[in-house]
Amino acid sequence: MSGLHPSKPFPEAARDKVNQPQLRANLRKVTHTIREKRLRAVGELPHWEELRLLGEATKDASLANLSDRLLQLEASVKARGGQVHWARDAAEAREIVVRIAQAHQVDELIKVKSITSDEIELNATLQERGIHAIETDLAELIVQLSHDTPSHILVPAIHRNRAEIQALFNRELPGEGGLSDSPAELAGAARRYLRHKFLTTKMAVSGVNFAVAETGTVCVVESEGNGRMCLTLPEVLVSIMGIEKVLERWEDLSVFMELLPRSSTAERMNPYTSFWSGVTPGDGPQEFHLILLDNGRTEVLADATGRQTLRCIRCSACLNVCPVYERTGGHAYGSVYPGPIGAILTPQLLGMQDKNANTLPGASSLCGACFDACPVRINIPQVLIYLRGEVTAEKGVTAEALAMKTVGYAMSSGWRFEGALKLARVGQGPLVKGGEITSLPGLLGGWTQSRDLKTLPPQSFREWWKERERDSE
Amino acid sequence: MQIDLFITCINDAMFPRTGQATVRLLERLGQTVRFNANQTCCGQMHLNTGYRDDALKLIRKFVDDYRDAEVVVMPSGSCAAMVRELYPEAARWGGDHDLLREVEELAPRVYELSEFLVNTLGVDDVGAYYPHRVTYHPTCHAMRVLRVGDAPLKLLRNVRGMTLLELEGSEECCGFGGTFSVKNPDVSAAMLADKTRHILDTGAEVCTAGDNSCLLHIGGGLHRLRSGVGTVHLAEILASTEQEVFA
Repeated sequence: MSGLHPSKPFPEAARDKVNQPQLRANLRKVTHTIREKRLRAVGELPHWEELRLLGEATKDASLANLSDRLLQLEASVKARGGQVHWARDAAEAREIVVRIAQAHQVDELIKVKSITSDEIELNATLQERGIHAIETDLAELIVQLSHDTPSHILVPAIHRNRAEIQALFNRELPGEGGLSDSPAELAGAARRYLRHKFLTTKMAVSGVNFAVAETGTVCVVESEGNGRMCLTLPEVLVSIMGIEKVLERWEDLSVFMELLPRSSTAERMNPYTSFWSGVTPGDGPQEFHLILLDNGRTEVLADATGRQTLRCIRCSACLNVCPVYERTGGHAYGSVYPGPIGAILTPQLLGMQDKNANTLPGASSLCGACFDACPVRINIPQVLIYLRGEVTAEKGVTAEALAMKTVGYAMSSGWRFEGALKLARVGQGPLVKGGEITSLPGLLGGWTQSRDLKTLPPQSFREWWKERERDSE
Repeated sequence: MQIDLFITCINDAMFPRTGQATVRLLERLGQTVRFNANQTCCGQMHLNTGYRDDALKLIRKFVDDYRDAEVVVMPSGSCAAMVRELYPEAARWGGDHDLLREVEELAPRVYELSEFLVNTLGVDDVGAYYPHRVTYHPTCHAMRVLRVGDAPLKLLRNVRGMTLLELEGSEECCGFGGTFSVKNPDVSAAMLADKTRHILDTGAEVCTAGDNSCLLHIGGGLHRLRSGVGTVHLAEILASTEQEVFA
């Protein structure tokens, strides 16, 4: 997996994951724990539903005038001594970062909040140009040192256990080798390694949670303090933000400061929230670059139904309540954006043509738990259904489309349906064994993989009703 | 009240007893039931699988069949959710403003059976008798789209002779999801395995729900396990009396 592009169709990637008992157990434990904690944190606020409505309205207002907001943000950032770059796609964004790194002749940089940089596959490009990027979030570091990819937006190493991390740190971290598996000792080793990097590295790359157009303020919300180190210690700071992250006013932040931590880590407030505006001589980075990344977002914005996807504040609440994510983990989605939000975001960012990403809107039973959990009320099930329509339109005439047409024709009137049922009762004959159907052919074979199927009864409801009417006459 | 019964295609074809039970129950409560024999399918499978145009034909047909109905009642949470929640969306996606106006006018008169009994008729004891150990699975669409709340449980708690057993993880999806069960069979099976395990843990003889599509899936899984535990639609339990055990 790399960036946005899944390397396999979802059903296939899911099959590889769903049958790993240890992974299933790890995922179940973590998702259920966060799920329950979130319910408690959310339950403390009697006005939670009103807050969600406010979150939805605030993001929608910003998206409705997105180009104005972005121009305002650009002007405010520049007025405070920052530099602003516009990137149409991943390649442009990567080149901007490389150019800045080369201008400062760095061969190493530190990173925090890297999901947007993962979307543009920044690390690999930097590596090719001889620049080593170091992840500073503990879980991201674990993922990076093990040459793996994140499996969750909030808990990127959700799929790893403690023994694996012990072996990894003893092998990979300089000067270590005798670490026990105690969490404190493992965290201490990461801290020693990272502290040295924070104090010696000249350049940092960060993501962005929110940016305020009127003040030019950029905001990063985090739990470990590594963000604060990255954002204040280096000489050069480059922040990459998807264009949908802009808010209009400073006050707009307040609603998300309540919605995000409770939805994400089930905390009332997150431990570290950093705000910065441009540069201040003698304090913090002396050069600040803000990269405004489009990479397909303008197209999503143009779609009346798909647009709500851009409200997402990357809290990952939808992942933690999703029964599909719980059984497969994030890697099955094949993109940096896993879970229900990934199932709608990834194919839209790629433009609905990607044959593997096109299977993602199908990766849901439409149970609706994600919509209930979403702090900005993205109606994910509705968008999934809408995108399935976009996918079938893209595919044109298939066996499935013909089957649907045939069923549609049979359903076009009561008497046609009645006729079709009579035919089906005869047709099912060869499939029935011991009163049930235990194996179906073709497209329907997936059903009987783990379920038996009841046979059609000798009389349909409509036939019974007709008989009853006749008898009462 | 004059009730138009929309029986749903799955009930019509595979679960006629659910339809019969619904009729028996509503008539026992003094209602008049009408069955428009031109009805077929709400179009949910087509829309949810991505066939909007085919779905729109069925949506227009539903509107034609029920335009004049006082209320439409259906023994299915997911079909009622389709009409109330997704018909307007589908009409918007299809750019059909006349249809949108019609579905917005019709949708508030469409009810799932249990919410109709409890919230509209104001009945939560239907005089049922069902001497079995039963566990209840709240289906996703009834719970999260229609917000039927505890309407089905209120009805079940008043069934005489019945032991209602609490189901662990009851609010988790059973893994059916229409064509999801066929297109993502491995994930669907993993979800089903957890659901059937929880059902068996209750010690119930029967699992009930307001949707036969979910029960077809759950029942298929229970049958494959040779568990001896069956599935019965809520309407069949509610229609059962000491004189006539329906399910």
